[in-house]
Amino acid sequence: MTDGLIDIDKKSELNNLPRRYKKISITRYFIYLALIVMVIWSFQGSQFSFEGLLDSTQYFKRFLGEAFPSIGILGENEHSITWKDTFRYTRELIETFQMAFTGTLLGIIFGFILALLSSKGLLGNSRPMRLVQETVKALILLFRTVPDLVWAIIFVMLVGLGAFAGTLTIMVDTIGFCGRFFAEEMEDVDKSPADALESCGATKLDATFAAVVPAAMPGLITTSLFAFEKAIRGSVILGLVGAGGIGMSLNALFNWMAYDRAMVIIGMIFALIFVVEQVSQYLRRKVTQNEEKRI
Amino acid sequence: MNAIEVNHLSKSYADFEVLRDISFTIGVGESIAIIGSNGAGKSTLLKCLTRITEPSQGSINIFGDPILKFRTGALRRMRSSIGVVFQKHNLVPRLSVLTNVIHGDIGRLHNVSKFPLAGIRNWGQISASNRTRKKAMEALEMVSLSHLALQRADTLSGGQSQRVAIARALMQEPNMILADEPVASLDPVAANEVMSLFYDLCKNKNITLIFTSHNVEHALEYGNKVLAIKNGRLSLFKDSNSIEIKTLQAEYD
Ligand SMILES: Nc1ncnc2c1ncn2[C@@H]1O[C@H](COP(=O)(O)OP(=O)(O)O)[C@@H](O)[C@H]1O
Ligand SMILES: [Mg+2]
Repeated sequence: MTDGLIDIDKKSELNNLPRRYKKISITRYFIYLALIVMVIWSFQGSQFSFEGLLDSTQYFKRFLGEAFPSIGILGENEHSITWKDTFRYTRELIETFQMAFTGTLLGIIFGFILALLSSKGLLGNSRPMRLVQETVKALILLFRTVPDLVWAIIFVMLVGLGAFAGTLTIMVDTIGFCGRFFAEEMEDVDKSPADALESCGATKLDATFAAVVPAAMPGLITTSLFAFEKAIRGSVILGLVGAGGIGMSLNALFNWMAYDRAMVIIGMIFALIFVVEQVSQYLRRKVTQNEEKRI
Repeated sequence: MNAIEVNHLSKSYADFEVLRDISFTIGVGESIAIIGSNGAGKSTLLKCLTRITEPSQGSINIFGDPILKFRTGALRRMRSSIGVVFQKHNLVPRLSVLTNVIHGDIGRLHNVSKFPLAGIRNWGQISASNRTRKKAMEALEMVSLSHLALQRADTLSGGQSQRVAIARALMQEPNMILADEPVASLDPVAANEVMSLFYDLCKNKNITLIFTSHNVEHALEYGNKVLAIKNGRLSLFKDSNSIEIKTLQAEYD
């Protein structure tokens, strides 16, 4: 054959032609099957139904009807909000912010320490050190996996109703969040500068603080900002179990079916979260842009 | 006393023998070039000399000390007197040039001070003592980069970074510098500059210099002796005056 540059007939016994499709193993088939079964099974268990959604429209209308038309801030009727109420809600909103901020700050500090102690090989590789690392890792896992409302209930029990319980809850939640992601960030940075320091007589601690932490700093900052956003969102509902902040008023108003006032609070919460997220997003972008510029 | 005495050194990973029965002696103030093809075991040999990698067998004496018998503390003291320069400069990217140079003084400060943790002052140039900062500027002066002291390390060129790494090594007041392909990532002009700077500094201060290189001309020019490794064995160790380029090129077959 000479009709082409490449003679495909010459080696007709060619048997190393790649397969068109990957063969899917039996286990794969079963995994796919199991996924489908799980979707159906979960929908059943979750009582998800479109009828239910449609049926709810009458309640929804009633809720909207009571939530909106009667709002007359500073108006005359019994439902309307007075300046006094506005100040109170504002104060509670500020308290929510303070809880979130303090809790996040403490959580970042302790989370950072735990992240250092749990990162593999960061502060040492000896047997006792590895034991510490595993223990701390388990502790962080515990902080992270127990939901914040459960922590809130526990802390209300321990220190009583109010903002302190909420602050502790946010702190524990943030320790779990930052402990995990700080550790990942520090494990991910290029270790060669740290090794270089160790090879000229610096300790593990030196190498960590002089080389690893500075290199991980942008990641640590963005994670901290995420943690704060998360805390602001989380802090709102802590009031539902009495752990301080504006959630307590919100809960009370819902119990009294004072939906119009509740709407005002929801609006304020929305504004707070919106502002915090915008500011945080701006800062995060600044941090990453700053990094890109240098590279 | 010799700078380095290596006897019957071997290193294996699992069942793979990287270095096999290597012995050699290096005098104080000498400059040694280590050559060999990729994977021959050059980096492993350098790493064994500071026990970044633990040798499997043999003995190593550095300035008379049997370093394989050292425990953590003594090992750290030994390391703090040996400068190490890598192919990748290994500077901390987000910190200033000055801080990176001052980092070279952490280990030494730990050793000379009677306070534990004294060296942590040198984590950054902000907290370092005036004396240390002056010394670091002096080291930067030696590599002609003092004008970049407060610039971030990740803004430097390859040649500049490598010179900062040299300044950091000088900061240790080392009696020996180990350099693993210090100029492999640089363009030929920068490579020559850095190599000759390196050589001159070490000769002036009587620092024993051991560097690996793929450049046989560098090896002959900047090494008083050339040590070749082939498949983990020492295949040549000679005065560079008595070697021809061809002999060295043969080491790469
Ligand atoms: N940590 C390790 N585990 C297993 N093998 C390794 C390890 N480090 C190096 N080696 C092997 O040892 C050999 C020599 O490596 P190296 O000393 O880096 O060579 P060179 O620096 O001469 O190029 C290579 O074959 C490499 O794959
Ligand atoms: Mg190498």
